[in-house]
Amino acid sequence: MPSALINVPSSARRGEIIQVKTLISHEMETGYRRTSLGAVIPRDILRLFVCSYNGQEVFRAQIHPAIAANPYFAFHTIATESGTLVFTWTGDNGFAATESVSIKVE
Amino acid sequence: MKRRDFLIVGGAMGAVFGLGAGAVRATPAEVKEAILQLTGAAPVRAGRVTLDLPPLVENGNSVPLTIRVDSPMTVADHVKAVHVFVEKNPQPYVASFHLGPRAGRASVSTRIRLADSQTVVVVCEMSDGSFWSGSADSVVTLAACTESA
Repeated sequence: MPSALINVPSSARRGEIIQVKTLISHEMETGYRRTSLGAVIPRDILRLFVCSYNGQEVFRAQIHPAIAANPYFAFHTIATESGTLVFTWTGDNGFAATESVSIKVE
Repeated sequence: MKRRDFLIVGGAMGAVFGLGAGAVRATPAEVKEAILQLTGAAPVRAGRVTLDLPPLVENGNSVPLTIRVDSPMTVADHVKAVHVFVEKNPQPYVASFHLGPRAGRASVSTRIRLADSQTVVVVCEMSDGSFWSGSADSVVTLAACTESA
């Protein structure tokens, strides 16, 4: 299981703009590198990252090999109501990871 | 040509002419082509997009990039998508970020790979259908993708 780090404030005022920061461990092998014997190392990257807030998508990133290893994304969303933020990463070779964080809005 | 076909063809060319990473490079023309496929005939105006990219980078494998778009982010007027392109990586595409009025603030940060000193171009798609762009240059001392494992 890959490890993911997520930074979301645990509580926020209603209507406040909060910053969400995510980091996941992944090699992001570009498919352009070669071994010392000259063989191409096959591509193995993440392709899609989605964040949904209580079931509604608030941020989506389609990514290519030019994203650095251990993809980091920071973005903003409005704290509308208490609930859960669900983060999913999908990629090559059937890679799929999901994390969720709860937030309290008052 | 659809974007997916473009990627497949690009990948195939990479396989055929694959003489090391240095042999496969996107060009400014390819970036223009990629942007054209995105926008169709709509004009792309310069402005409203700010890139925060270090002007001098020691290691191209991980370059912090922050994109800010001047937009009120309301339901009527918001940023729909932010597309990032580079001129001298093997592929012109870096990432596409899809936002909406729920974002509140149009600001996205990530870390990218740069295979050479080059210009990073960001094209932003607004909810009214207009396109805005911004760019930033970076000088890279140690390039990404060139080393072997």
